[in-house]
Amino acid sequence: MTTNGWDKSAIAAIAGELKDRPGALMLILRRIQDELGWIPEQSVALIADALNLSRAEVHGVVTFYHDFRRHPPGRHVMRLCRAESCQAMGAGALARHLKERLKIDFGQTTADGNLTLEAVYCLGNCACSPAITVDGDIHGRVTPALLDALLASLQEHRQ
Amino acid sequence: MTPAVYVPRDSGALSLGAEDVARAITQEAARRKLDLRMVRNGSRGLYWLEPMVEVATAAGRVAYGPVHVGAVTALFDAGFLDGRPHELRLGLTEEIGWLKKQERLTFARVGVIDPVSIDDYLAHGGYQGLARAAALSGEQIVNEVMESGLRGRGGAGFPCAIKLRTALQSAADCKYVVCNADEGDSGTFADRMIMEGDPFVLLEGMAIAALCVGATQGYIYLRSEYPHSALTLNEAIAAAHARGYLGDNVMGTGKRLELEVRVGAGSYICGEETAMLESLEGKRGMVRYKPPVPAVAGLFGKPTVVNNVLTLASLPIILARGGAFYKNFGVGRSRGTQPIQLAGNVKRPGLFEMAFGITLREIVYELGGGTASGRPVRAVQVGGPLGAYFPAHKLDVAFDYEELAAHDGLLGHGGVVVFDDTVNMAEMARYAMEFCARESCGKCTPCRIGSTRGVEVIERIAAGHNRSANLTLLRDLCDTMTNASLCALGGLTPLPVLSALKHFPGDFGLEDDASKLH
Repeated sequence: MTTNGWDKSAIAAIAGELKDRPGALMLILRRIQDELGWIPEQSVALIADALNLSRAEVHGVVTFYHDFRRHPPGRHVMRLCRAESCQAMGAGALARHLKERLKIDFGQTTADGNLTLEAVYCLGNCACSPAITVDGDIHGRVTPALLDALLASLQEHRQ
Repeated sequence: MTPAVYVPRDSGALSLGAEDVARAITQEAARRKLDLRMVRNGSRGLYWLEPMVEVATAAGRVAYGPVHVGAVTALFDAGFLDGRPHELRLGLTEEIGWLKKQERLTFARVGVIDPVSIDDYLAHGGYQGLARAAALSGEQIVNEVMESGLRGRGGAGFPCAIKLRTALQSAADCKYVVCNADEGDSGTFADRMIMEGDPFVLLEGMAIAALCVGATQGYIYLRSEYPHSALTLNEAIAAAHARGYLGDNVMGTGKRLELEVRVGAGSYICGEETAMLESLEGKRGMVRYKPPVPAVAGLFGKPTVVNNVLTLASLPIILARGGAFYKNFGVGRSRGTQPIQLAGNVKRPGLFEMAFGITLREIVYELGGGTASGRPVRAVQVGGPLGAYFPAHKLDVAFDYEELAAHDGLLGHGGVVVFDDTVNMAEMARYAMEFCARESCGKCTPCRIGSTRGVEVIERIAAGHNRSANLTLLRDLCDTMTNASLCALGGLTPLPVLSALKHFPGDFGLEDDASKLH
């Protein structure tokens, strides 16, 4: 799903397919993010050309939205909700637990490239706080023990 | 008859293993050579009981929960397909007190029907509102909505009928209806539950709004954190299209309407309506100056009706049953029902729809059962990250627009987040500013700079640096943000900050100054 490889023709194909849709830039960036897991810097010029925008305009949109990564993520991505409801149910302790176990901060990837840890502000799972997602799958009422089990299974699926 | 088993596909239930439970039930049935019909419904909103499995019996639907994969075999052994006793048996679903006490109008079908079955929707009163709207003029639809007193459920509480009337009266070659499904407030999930549990009601509501003002294109701006909502919405849109409830001839009216889901990219500010329109246009989500309001010049400069999911999802019942019916619920100028979303540190979290007027105390203690941790309630935040904190001894406030405003709070999108006594309210105040700094679009100075300075000043106060002068500075800063910000993000961030300061001065190291704060 997530490949780090920069593929000019794939980006050009996405831009070509979507460029005439209303509000095309967001559609294009969303698609690249979903397919590659990040927005390679080189795609900015390509998209700008396709949409007849300046590179600055495209860069401005890429950098505005939290979802658009400018670096490739690890093989797996864990997102921990840090908003109020999850805070009330111990998200702070989960954050400390993760940082200690993984030796990374939010927005960083483990040294072996296996896991990227990200903060997210509300997954809409507030009635089952605290919540996280792992590679897009949502988990509720998360405990440190469940986190450890999830981390262990991610270590097993390193390829 | 083949028994029907209901296992929610709602993402809250999925987060607790509903997918595995559904699979285990199907496999166990196959192993025992039993026939059953698996329905993936929405959530009833009783989240402490999720995954809640229901079985249709002659007496009605019987609920079991919370069901874990390990309990599935035992449930079969106990005869749950016939509604027989088991320790997880909750009785007839409709008789569960928490559900029975509710007045479900907008959420009438959520958890009941198969969300992507248009036949199920029709069998439960679906598309009656649009059928009636089709026989009315735009002005008549506006009057019906006006009569209902429906106010925007997204947070601002603006009368829905005024938006419709303005867009109706704005002449243009093209108009839009846009659904704001960027439900970013922590503690809220009602939009998500509608989209995952009864998406057709939203599509019908959008069709009514479109018919009213003459819009031919609609967008649902959905936050990217809701992938399961995207799935149900797209399935529902395809089904509505196939059956003529969308497309070139909506329900035989000769009117055209196309709907499209657009997924956002993790920006909270895009829940502000003009920032959302910018984002839909493919730009940075920068807040626009108003006027012009979107109903006059919105998406791509055209007249645009912008409303929250819950607002649009309320239109079908208002049209089907009449504005007067809807208005009969509620108090004062808060008419109709409000889906209350109860979350955070609470024993029974979930969604509770009822007429306006219930007090915060009743919500937290009677519905919620107090904290999940068993410790004393210390603070309750109402209305999302921009809402005020109420201390445990000041919860005798009615949950409606005017009452909450009179107590320096706001209803917002209807979220209630409970904190126990381990919370540090200076940290929560600091977090409010930090969140504002993270999500500020940067267009206006009070929000862009003020939020960052706010974090610093709160840190200094909490650390005891020049406390009195910094307190004055914080109040000045909040005053500037409140009065000079372009939109509600900068304008309302002072609300959680100042309410935390007012009610919990001790957390800021200000015990001695408490008297000066009120």
